[in-house]
Amino acid sequence: MTWLRRQPAWVTVSLSFGLLLLVWQLVVLVGAYDAFILPGPLDVVRQFGVVLVDGRLLRHSLITLSEVIPGLLIGAGISLPLGYLLAKSPLAERLISPYLIASQAIPVIAIAPLLTIWISSTFWARVLVAVLVVFFPVLINIIAGLRSVPQELYELMQSLHATRWQIFRKLEWPAALPIVLAGLKLGATLSVIGALVGEFVQPRTEGLGYLLITARYQFKTDLVFVVLFTLAGMALALYGLVTLAENRLLRWQKNQ
Amino acid sequence: MNQEPFLTAQNVSHLFGEQQKVLANLSFGLPAGGFTALVGPSGVGKSTLVRLLAGLLRPSSGQIQYANNQPPSIGLMFQKDNLMPWRTAYENVRLPLEIQGVAEGVADTAVRQMLDLVGLNDFAQSYPAQLSGGMAQRVALARALVHRPSLLLLDEPFGALDALTRERMGQELLRIWAALPVTVFMVTHSIQEAVLLADEVMVMGGQPATIVARIQIALPRPRRIEMIGSKQFQECAGAVRLAIEEKVIG
Ligand SMILES: Nc1ncnc2c1ncn2[C@@H]1O[C@H](COP(=O)(O)OP(=O)(O)O)[C@@H](O)[C@H]1O
Ligand SMILES: [Mg+2]
Repeated sequence: MTWLRRQPAWVTVSLSFGLLLLVWQLVVLVGAYDAFILPGPLDVVRQFGVVLVDGRLLRHSLITLSEVIPGLLIGAGISLPLGYLLAKSPLAERLISPYLIASQAIPVIAIAPLLTIWISSTFWARVLVAVLVVFFPVLINIIAGLRSVPQELYELMQSLHATRWQIFRKLEWPAALPIVLAGLKLGATLSVIGALVGEFVQPRTEGLGYLLITARYQFKTDLVFVVLFTLAGMALALYGLVTLAENRLLRWQKNQ
Repeated sequence: MNQEPFLTAQNVSHLFGEQQKVLANLSFGLPAGGFTALVGPSGVGKSTLVRLLAGLLRPSSGQIQYANNQPPSIGLMFQKDNLMPWRTAYENVRLPLEIQGVAEGVADTAVRQMLDLVGLNDFAQSYPAQLSGGMAQRVALARALVHRPSLLLLDEPFGALDALTRERMGQELLRIWAALPVTVFMVTHSIQEAVLLADEVMVMGGQPATIVARIQIALPRPRRIEMIGSKQFQECAGAVRLAIEEKVIG
């Protein structure tokens, strides 16, 4: 145990993942399931090789990614000014927040079909679904971040006759950044879900969502698993990117 | 010391909302270059007065006038250090100069001088989380003074420090005050601290609050911690205590 605790993260992650694969393979062997019910890891790896070589995996992944990234950026981009407005203006908060909260009671999967009716572009309809999913948690974190700024620091800035922009740039933004980045991490993983939901309601011949649906219809359960792992990998990669940005931007936290 | 008033408050009253009257008809002057301390019970309105003097609040009625009719540049310091955790000590001290758009080279010199004055040159590159409470308050003091304000407002600045550090910081503050042409107004809970540091101690009490007593402290300068034992010190402290007991509590 102490040996395990001393290992770097990549060793422990590889070990636990290896263990998971082992258990999975054992379940398949002992239960003797048909491949279309529960394929073993080896089947999945084989299928992974097939779709990798014939280029399908990359093509569909890139299409999904091309929806995920604008979804994340636009979602965060809208939350930022809106969050600032809501945090700063009690009136705006009273007017807008009931709708925002009510909107969260409606599952995106229920609105998504409407969006595909209203928006003729497949691409933009899917991006919009991702935006809707990303938007709220990022917004909440931006508001929480801005609210975390101590009143006395505002007073200090005012006593120095700081401009609104200086207060934002030198106080509010850096003070809110840790919480905003935490929201962005959440948003990064949610954007993948959002894009996938968008693809489910509009499964034209492209995207990982399309690949997933066709694989399921054809009982290619091993391909379903390949897609699931790819989605998870995509979410992890985006999460990692935000973490990387976090490490750079919040270097001061390392010194505590 | 120059006795010309640096700041004059005339019949200053303050209400929060329509109903809650916190300060009633305060009239007093702060001598230029002087050191005035304000004592009074919690919640009486001391911080409100500091905010009025800082120009962060407008008095509901009455006036605060300054020598040469110009609002002074202000240095502000609270009980909490309120340092920005993402800035080093150096960068924290530089903040007021950045806001005023002071050229980088000039700012650098001023920041280094200030850090020198509070004895923290070796910790310029430390982050607030790496500093002790006393060191963090010294950085906050350097930040409050780096832009050479003419009025330094201290709201219970050493209230969160242990007794020994607190005494040292008081002495430090006196040394810095002597080195700079700045008028000091300090809120404190400690009668002893008020008497040891200030030229005059104002006592605030009542609801709404007024200045119930102003006690001149004629102890010679430089003031040393040992003076606390002297008869003259005890008399001054006794007078402040009496004013509080008779007019605030009693
Ligand atoms: N922004 C505010 N709005 C409403 N009431 C306030 C505000 N600030 C202070 N008060 C009230 O004014 C009174 C004096 O507060 P304060 O000046 O902070 O007292 P002190 O600093 O002497 O402890 C308190 O009753 C407090 O609740
Ligand atoms: Mg107070």
